[in-house]
Amino acid sequence: MTMSAKGFWTSTPGARIFGLLVTLAVLGVVEAAIRADIVNAFIVPLPSQIAAAIPRIVAEENVLYRFWQTTQEIFAASVLLALVGVGLGVLLYSFRTLRLACETWVAALAAAPVVLMYPLFLVIFGRSATTIVMIGFAAGIAPVILKTVEGLAGVRPVLIDVGRSFRVSPAQQFRLILLPAALSSVFVGLRLGLVFAMINIVGVEFLINFGGLGQLINDLAERYDLPGTYAAICFVVAISIVFYVMTGKVERRLRPHQ
Amino acid sequence: MMATPAQADALLRVEHVSKTFATPDGPVKAVDDVSFNVAPGQFVSIIGPSGCGKSTVFNILGGLLGDYEGRVTVAGETIKGTHPAIGMVFQEESTFPWRTVVENVAFPLEIAGVPKTERLEQAAHFVQMVGLHGFERRYPAELSGGMRQRVAIARTLASKPRILLMDEPFAALDEQTRLLLGDKVLQIQQALQQTTLLITHNLTEAVQLSDRVLVMTYRPGRLKRVVDIDLAHPRDSEVVSSDAFGHYVAEIWHDLREEASRGIQDAESQALHRTR
Repeated sequence: MTMSAKGFWTSTPGARIFGLLVTLAVLGVVEAAIRADIVNAFIVPLPSQIAAAIPRIVAEENVLYRFWQTTQEIFAASVLLALVGVGLGVLLYSFRTLRLACETWVAALAAAPVVLMYPLFLVIFGRSATTIVMIGFAAGIAPVILKTVEGLAGVRPVLIDVGRSFRVSPAQQFRLILLPAALSSVFVGLRLGLVFAMINIVGVEFLINFGGLGQLINDLAERYDLPGTYAAICFVVAISIVFYVMTGKVERRLRPHQ
Repeated sequence: MMATPAQADALLRVEHVSKTFATPDGPVKAVDDVSFNVAPGQFVSIIGPSGCGKSTVFNILGGLLGDYEGRVTVAGETIKGTHPAIGMVFQEESTFPWRTVVENVAFPLEIAGVPKTERLEQAAHFVQMVGLHGFERRYPAELSGGMRQRVAIARTLASKPRILLMDEPFAALDEQTRLLLGDKVLQIQQALQQTTLLITHNLTEAVQLSDRVLVMTYRPGRLKRVVDIDLAHPRDSEVVSSDAFGHYVAEIWHDLREEASRGIQDAESQALHRTR
């Protein structure tokens, strides 16, 4: 059976191809705008030059190793976010007084520019990957805590009553009812936290000139190698895609009904 | 006072139960001195207008609501809190969306520590009993409202309660589905000889399913009248077209009409009070 043209474009592969074509079209427009001197080539390099710079920075700047370094830092921060962030969210949900006392402060932390505290982290952890991971963690923890509390507080009372009617223990209630019911909100928090962590990790690498892709971007920018700088940014985007896909896969595994 | 034979045989005994709630407008007595018995294998319905305390009685019997006056016993044992002899089916949609049908039904067995293979086998039996064979691996989101309520009933039956306590389980369903599900519940109840207490505000449902209907007054909820339903068993939804059925419905409605009118008047006066 053949698929109609409309059917193809509304299918998942069709939508993906459409997204790719739109991206290529936008890059084409930017390329044309730079070549026509509408956009200054000293500020935004040609997309074709950026594409050409990718194999160069792979060969000359050891970009794959730096990619791996940044990925490891983001992974470490995301594990900390999941363990500590969800744990603190559960704690705040369990103790109402603690929640009333702390929730506003946690919300304030979400809006705070944590990255500006990097000198303090340098003093505590030194100029090391630990500083970078801890700043990423601190920047991303607030949404994880807040969305965990929101998810747990939003569990429908009837589901809790079902558990009570079957005489579940508090641990069973948490493991079998509260956590699965709150998982959707918890994942929203984890995704947000991960985005904040990623931005801050690359930002701190840039600021303290240490580690993976952030440091490379700093080096290349200081050398005024704009195509190389943008090519390195493409690798940051690639990390973001990797983590987005990974969290999606974990969520689908834990929430197969969605 | 000496107990009658029926009282002596009672599986569930509710004695002088009252419950008062503290509200911003002062204490509100939701249930006042309610007493009744349910014999083993009997199907009893409690009917009353909205706000008569039916759900309060449900929560007290299920052990979800404490701090009440009076006594509730199951087979002579006074119950405080939830009790393994009482299984509850709730009015609201209560299946776990993240579990398949069979996993939902196996939930109480998992709590009881039954090994996985065994509990899934037992759960499949109850899934079949409620007529959902073939839907074992589906998630609740893939089912209709009536099917989801059947999953909830199967889940409660899987815990093998001595008393099945249901709070308006078909309230959200259309009338035709409600009648047909009533047939299914009756079949199961008769097959298992399951002692059942149904809370409802639906006259047809109460008469179709019950051996006995307890009519409650509007707030505070008291027992106004007990009507024994002497319709033949096995019974199905065809019974609604019989003269005897119409007679019972009319008889109960006669008592209920006054209470329902009081409920509406009360709601209207409260709404008027709020707008002033």
